[in-house]
Amino acid sequence: MTHAKFSRGLVPLSVLSVVLLVGGFAMVFFYAPNEADQGFVQKIFYLHVPLAIVALCGFVAGGIYGIRFLRKGDRTDDLRSYVAIHISLILAIGALITGSIWAKASWGSWWVWDEPTLVSFLIVFLLYACYQPLRFSIEDPERQARYAAVFAIVGGAFVPLNFMAVRAADSLIHPRVLGTTGGAMPGSMRLTFLVCLAGMAALFITLNKYELTSKQATFALRSLRRRLAGDDDWVPVRRSAAPQL
Amino acid sequence: MSATPTRAVIAALIRKDLRRELRTQESLPAMALFSVTTFVLFHFGLDARSLEGDLAAGVFWVTMLFAAVLAINRQFVAEREEGGFDGFLLAPVDRTALFVAKAAVLFGFLVALQVVAVPAFAILLLEPSPGPGLPELAGMLLLADAGIAVVGTLVGALAVQTRAREVIVPLLALPLMIPVVIAAARGTAPLWLEAGAAAVEGRWPLILGLYDLVFGLLAYAVFDYLLDE
Repeated sequence: MTHAKFSRGLVPLSVLSVVLLVGGFAMVFFYAPNEADQGFVQKIFYLHVPLAIVALCGFVAGGIYGIRFLRKGDRTDDLRSYVAIHISLILAIGALITGSIWAKASWGSWWVWDEPTLVSFLIVFLLYACYQPLRFSIEDPERQARYAAVFAIVGGAFVPLNFMAVRAADSLIHPRVLGTTGGAMPGSMRLTFLVCLAGMAALFITLNKYELTSKQATFALRSLRRRLAGDDDWVPVRRSAAPQL
Repeated sequence: MSATPTRAVIAALIRKDLRRELRTQESLPAMALFSVTTFVLFHFGLDARSLEGDLAAGVFWVTMLFAAVLAINRQFVAEREEGGFDGFLLAPVDRTALFVAKAAVLFGFLVALQVVAVPAFAILLLEPSPGPGLPELAGMLLLADAGIAVVGTLVGALAVQTRAREVIVPLLALPLMIPVVIAAARGTAPLWLEAGAAAVEGRWPLILGLYDLVFGLLAYAVFDYLLDE
């Protein structure tokens, strides 16, 4: 358990995400033009879409770490998978809330069922919301890690399949900004969007690293305490959804 | 390395599960009864004497899904409580045989359930007779059952070792099966139109087939990890 492993590059990464996010939002308000149809409201797009894209990528990354854990059996991969899904869940809540606000502002209701992207996102969110209850209900830490990895892999494969099924089920009113159809975004908006997306991705990686570092520090502290107290005062760790290294 | 051919192992496991079901009758009667009760509930809940089209397909498939959850809940309980897992792990056989056998049995349960539930639904709620579109309906049922069986077996195996099995199964299985509901309900709706059965769009069986394939392969690959003791 080396201490410097996760915290490496944390400071420059934090600075980078602050710069990208602040710069991105400055561009949103002062550089990108107002959209012709929706006006100012459309600017929530620069927050909503990066949140959603980064959350989905985070879920898939959790699945990839799950595969790595099952193949190599390294407990830090389990921790990485857990943290990636955890942070993605938080971003997903943000994406759902901003999506809902956007729907209210531009279509007049808080929830629009005939919008496939938002609906599939809700389904994915509902599935991943069970990740922590699943972990918590398995006591044996080794089995917990293995089962969580299986869940993460199944979930990671479910994400694209679910998007396909929901999209097939509905008429398409969601603006397909990056696709080949209807992606008529002027250059300045595209640039702003890309900066915001990069900022959100940097924020995700930074938060991941912070969380991993903090978890590692907790484990190190616990093992030091245990050594200090000796074997007699050993208190069993209380059951937790988080992986224990 | 295994002495017994995998096909024989699968057949033996299926025989064991079917014999168990025949003697204890803990899954199928409950599923059938649950389905009929749910149809009655929908009659009162929707205040409808008869259903057709989208609504009929939706009611039918949601009921099938909840009935499947009952079976998924019970699927591995005997293995866990009576030491079936230990016995299976001690035997020199391919472990995915257990997955294939369990999924096949669940598939069989669902088909058997629908042999009862489709006529019951036709009598109780469905306004047009399901007769004209029966071959297409059978195809959609089989494709959807395969998906439910594969994902259900995976979730059942995942949940049986947890402390909150009855909660974990529906929470995991229902979101995972939303694509099945979408495709199966959209695919059966045109068969149950009051004006007469219309053609099923090709994309719905296609999506179901893709779902079955992807999750079948995935479950086949990861099932091993759910068994290690």
